[in-house]
Amino acid sequence: MSSKPFAITLKPGTSLANLTGTWRTARPQYVDRLPPCNHACPAGENIQGWLFHAESGDYEQAWRVLTISNPLPAVMGRVCYHPCETACNRGQLDEAVGINSVERFLGDEAIKRDWKFDAPAAASGKKVLVVGAGPSGLSAAYHLARMGHRVEIQEAGPLAGGMMRFGIPKYRLPREVLDAEVQRILDLGVTLKLNSKVVNIEQSMQQGGFDAAFLAVGAHIGKRTFIPAGDATKIVDAVSVLRSMEGEDKPMLGRRVVVYGGGNTAIDVARTAKRLGATEAIIVYRRTREKMPAHDFEVEEALQEGVLIKWLSTIKQAGEGEITVEKMALDEKGFPQPTGEFETLAADSVVLALGQDVDLSLLDGLSGLEIKDGTVQVAANMMTGHPGIFAGGDMVPSERTVTVGVGHGKKAARNIDAWLRGIAYEPGPKHEIATFDKLNPWYYSDADKTVRPMLDIIRRQTSFDEVQGGLDETNALFEARRCLSCGNCFECDNCYGVCPDNAVIKLGPGKRFEFNYDYCKGCGLCVVECPCGAIKMVPEDI
Amino acid sequence: MPYQPVKFYQTGTFTVGNRLLAPDERSVQSSRMRSNSINSGHRACQGCGEALGARYAIDAAMAASDGQLIAVNATGCLEVFSTPYPESSWQVPWIHSLFGNAPAVATGVAAAMKVKGRQEVRVVAQGGDGGTTDIGFGCLSGMFERNDDVLYICYDNEAYMNTGVQRSSATPPAARTATTMPVGPEPGNVFGQGKNVPEIAMAHGIPYVATATVADLRDLEYKVRKAMSMHGARYIQIFVPCPLGFGTASHDTIRIARLARETGMFPVFEAEHGEVTGVLKIRHKVAVEEYLQPQKRFAHLFGKHPHPETVARLQAIADRNIRKYGLLEKESD
Repeated sequence: MSSKPFAITLKPGTSLANLTGTWRTARPQYVDRLPPCNHACPAGENIQGWLFHAESGDYEQAWRVLTISNPLPAVMGRVCYHPCETACNRGQLDEAVGINSVERFLGDEAIKRDWKFDAPAAASGKKVLVVGAGPSGLSAAYHLARMGHRVEIQEAGPLAGGMMRFGIPKYRLPREVLDAEVQRILDLGVTLKLNSKVVNIEQSMQQGGFDAAFLAVGAHIGKRTFIPAGDATKIVDAVSVLRSMEGEDKPMLGRRVVVYGGGNTAIDVARTAKRLGATEAIIVYRRTREKMPAHDFEVEEALQEGVLIKWLSTIKQAGEGEITVEKMALDEKGFPQPTGEFETLAADSVVLALGQDVDLSLLDGLSGLEIKDGTVQVAANMMTGHPGIFAGGDMVPSERTVTVGVGHGKKAARNIDAWLRGIAYEPGPKHEIATFDKLNPWYYSDADKTVRPMLDIIRRQTSFDEVQGGLDETNALFEARRCLSCGNCFECDNCYGVCPDNAVIKLGPGKRFEFNYDYCKGCGLCVVECPCGAIKMVPEDI
Repeated sequence: MPYQPVKFYQTGTFTVGNRLLAPDERSVQSSRMRSNSINSGHRACQGCGEALGARYAIDAAMAASDGQLIAVNATGCLEVFSTPYPESSWQVPWIHSLFGNAPAVATGVAAAMKVKGRQEVRVVAQGGDGGTTDIGFGCLSGMFERNDDVLYICYDNEAYMNTGVQRSSATPPAARTATTMPVGPEPGNVFGQGKNVPEIAMAHGIPYVATATVADLRDLEYKVRKAMSMHGARYIQIFVPCPLGFGTASHDTIRIARLARETGMFPVFEAEHGEVTGVLKIRHKVAVEEYLQPQKRFAHLFGKHPHPETVARLQAIADRNIRKYGLLEKESD
């Protein structure tokens, strides 16, 4: 006779005796894949990681995760060319997540709420000299200080910021934002010596008793080209024009300004000239818009403000109040060739924006260095050929942007730290990239990108007020929540829900999930229905 | 008033849960406290849509009735894979009698509870499409006609799957089954036959009729909750793809259900007292080929000797559903 009560034949839930996990030929496994934004970020930010906190409205935690890599989010949220957004998988769905605008929001929020960095780790007793207070130098100083080293920055200029202050115009980066973020780094105990140009690096290191040095002097010497010119023509270089914008005496460029070059600096100078009251600001560039190295949105903004651009033109001669321009034509290979056609343009001054060189004089006589094309060669660990001397930013071969500079500072700091401890820095293994095909985009609701407000055109032409506005709390939250969390579990419960065998264990908030391989039959539904590609199927050894 | 999705930018509208949603806005399935009405260890195939659909539906009914629920089961896959003697996967009071009498047994259970004064105890009857649209149909119609206080849930996988995939009156035209082989000029199941049980249920004028799929969990849970808030005869038909009978990969079960809805092949709607009151709109409309091609039961329509005219007839069925139920958002909306 059965021991069960009347009419009960089977006990509830007794199927647990049947371990269906033995049916499996492949098993699902939780993985963390590398989001394309993180992969593309020259500063090595964990973008998906900080957006995760911003999504829940915990902006302070988001800012803290962000600043693990980058101490200048309010600056970067304004001047970075955001390769992360170019790589963003959401771009294939509707539009890339406005990572840059959320970063700026977090940076501004940190300034508003006066968030400070955590105190440095235990003092290491080592001293590091950083030469140059630009993005790269500040970044290195910040990371080294947080690792417990004593850091002194020696800066040749009268103020910190490097090209962020003396290259990027105010309308793109208000100076109070830059000052606030620099001050926060100095508050970590970093010493900043202004107006102290390092003339001989070895000597400076010996005098100060430094154990290592990071050089980031930037590229501040404007390249020149020979233009036959009369005495009356004013020819200046773009770097000096932008630098003098920071001083008492603004540059005198006249009413008709011609800028020669096609990079972002050329655009910056032309837009600055316009704001200084020039009736005409004309960029002369020898190739076409497609070939122009300046970023497209900057070209667009300049054109909106009334800057004129003469494509396929070179300056042949500069005379009194006018210049002669030769028209060019592209040959089959796409190179500009002179056509012999000339025209004249009215010009009170000509500004050369043809690129910048590095002042390498502080390295004179230093052994072991390799210098090529005017830049210092460094190894993968950012160390020059001279042991203990590292270099980064614009003075080493790379793309010259603030973001790359900040990335160099971080990378150099990690390697300097390892070098000081007599070991080699080993970066962790890189995860597989979470490409779009790994995602299940069905699950993401349609949500268009939030567009940042732009200043009225008339104010853009007449003042140095910031052109692009920021997000406020509501739309920053919206924007953060557009993140697809590529390759990293964001606890949407899909795997837990779609398993026909209840073989997914939900561990609770922040703890993610686990598989119960006793019952998982290996159907793969969780893998396919995971929105963000954080599960993969692995064959069983049978 | 149809199902109103939670407006959420990232996910949450379509996923099972979301860490950023308030607990009362989350699905029953996202909760660690869900009743897991069908426990692990059941013998359903890998990727079984019916096992998933049954847990979705019965867990939702358990949540809506505070655990005061009795489930009646017709014979079928669900019954066979969940209760091979001496094991049971069920963690709810559960009874099985015959293939064709589940609605009548449920009527009896409801009557017994009434006699005992236990009217807080709710009754759910469930079966596959065979036990519902063919074998149990007389009992079902009687239950509707008497308006007995039972929620009947049909897990529709469009054939008799556990006996070896034979045609039922819910099998779609052109589909291959063991009894509708892909031979002759019009291969597979014939056009023009079969039963649309949701519409037949509506014709009885019962309080609530709805269709749902395993690809739309939030909508499915909403419909079960709504049905449980009413009394009288209620009917929900849930589309549950069968990897074995459809000839699909086990990981594609939910994708296939989604495609059935997005093509218009399986219209998802709800009706009260015989009138349609809401439809789940198509989000991104796709052609029926996308739904048919991954399924081996339609493989004879493609390949070396394709039957484009048959595919066109299936597309016409989908288009008719879209028109009839208004499954597309109007341009002006």
